[in-house]
Amino acid sequence: MTVAATAVVKMPKKQQTGKKIDKGQVSINSVEISFGKGSDYNLAVQETNLEIKPGEFVCILGPSGCGKSTLLNSVAGYISPTKGQVLVDGSEVKGPSPDRGMVFQQYSLFPWKTVKDNIAFGPKIAGLSDSECSSITNTFLSMIGLSNIANKYPAELSGGMQQRVGIARALANYPSVLLMDEPFGALDAQTRLMMQENLLKIWSEFGITVLFVTHDVDEAIFLADRVLVMSASPGAIIKDLKVDLPRPRDPDLATDDNFVALKKQCLSLIRSESMKAFEEHNH
Amino acid sequence: MTQATVNSKEELSQTENKSSQIRLVMVTWLRNNILQLSVGFLALTSGLIAWHLLTLFNFNFFINFENVPSPIKVFSAFFTHLGDSEFYIHIIVSIKRILIAYCFAVVLGVLIGVATGRSKIVRAAVLPYIEIIRPIPAVAWIPMAILMWPTEESSIIYITFLGALFPIILNTVHGVEQTPSVLIRAAQSLGANSLQIFWHVILPAALPSITAGLAIGMGISWFSLLAGEIISGQYGIGYFTWNAYSLINYPDIVVGMLIIGGLGTLSTFLVRKLMQPALRWQKRVRA
Repeated sequence: MTVAATAVVKMPKKQQTGKKIDKGQVSINSVEISFGKGSDYNLAVQETNLEIKPGEFVCILGPSGCGKSTLLNSVAGYISPTKGQVLVDGSEVKGPSPDRGMVFQQYSLFPWKTVKDNIAFGPKIAGLSDSECSSITNTFLSMIGLSNIANKYPAELSGGMQQRVGIARALANYPSVLLMDEPFGALDAQTRLMMQENLLKIWSEFGITVLFVTHDVDEAIFLADRVLVMSASPGAIIKDLKVDLPRPRDPDLATDDNFVALKKQCLSLIRSESMKAFEEHNH
Repeated sequence: MTQATVNSKEELSQTENKSSQIRLVMVTWLRNNILQLSVGFLALTSGLIAWHLLTLFNFNFFINFENVPSPIKVFSAFFTHLGDSEFYIHIIVSIKRILIAYCFAVVLGVLIGVATGRSKIVRAAVLPYIEIIRPIPAVAWIPMAILMWPTEESSIIYITFLGALFPIILNTVHGVEQTPSVLIRAAQSLGANSLQIFWHVILPAALPSITAGLAIGMGISWFSLLAGEIISGQYGIGYFTWNAYSLINYPDIVVGMLIIGGLGTLSTFLVRKLMQPALRWQKRVRA
């Protein structure tokens, strides 16, 4: 208990000391991503430039197949861009790294490891001692409110619980950026809302940069400082919307005039893009 | 005094509770499985009775039972052998051959299987061999094995090894290929290198399939061992069975057959039991 408590104090140090967050700057410089050659050539992401400030919560919003996950994967380091480069805190992304935590849409916990061992995986790989690993694990278990199920296997948990563990596992490495690929896409509406609020709480404690991919307009506006609207074929960011809604945010915000106005704007952007794609298909 | 009696009474009722709980569990288990158990028992008994009757009346219509020993003769032969030290030597020699051959097959099979499942180049090199060699039955290997290997013992072990090898390779390949790529990506993002990914992700993901391969491989290794022992060797349960035929000792043939069946089942069961702790997470999935 004491171990967990001290660790909790250690964790949000950046904010408590009032220091400016200086880690987690993402620069996407003239990035273009394509797959295949010749007749199989497919331009997934058109030349894109993007600057994400440290500690910012950015949502990439777009219809399925618009290349938003591809763009995220290039920041994660799973895909290297065909042209341009991705920089995180000034150094080029050359592959996956524990400095960029990843949360997936599908359940990606290791089924053969308990909740505790899943969260401890990153610290253990980093070579931390057993006592350090278990102190970090306890910290994150209490953060996601799942200390009581530390010894359960993933298959014994609900979808929402599994995703909470997934978030904790990604954060246990203390990354400077958290990348989330439609993490709540498979959850029911109630669980989803709860998870969104939970995530905002964790984010405000942590002061970490979040890059969050979603196709859900409400989710994007509710969570983000900035919503980047993406269009399909080829994928491109067509709008960079600032979300000037007060924090901490609560679900009642959904009926707020500003929220509704932003939602209308996003929807009409997406609709006109879908119409364009639809017309192209019919020709 | 009274206190003590009360205490001992409580203890008594607690032990009673415990034993009644155990009884309850057993009774529920019996009740849930009574149908399967009784059907299985009935099937076995009627098989024995049919065997007995067929030999009793020397049934001879297309299939000839005149030379088939009756179950009573077989069981009396079996019990006579239980006091015979040579009988145990046959069994021990067979088990020793299985153990040696199986250990080689497990180590090589899992290594080749993992390499084949992970690398396209290894796959391209290994698969043609598997396709050509796998369908060759153990019996067909016997002449070549005798010519190739320095001793009879080593040729029998070689044939046994080959039998176990292929199911282990193929199931390992299958298991490795089935590893969800999202888990590999997750491990990469958590800082794991290739070796750590292999150890923490690919191997555990393949383990259920590998276990199936190990169990099938154990069964087939008995199959192959018998083929080897029938043709050559001086000891072993396969030799015992075939030798009984040469000596016109018909009950011993059936004794040998039943021993082989029993050992095959037991060893496969042991393989599954040994692997169980490593697959605990999977059992909970089903629950």
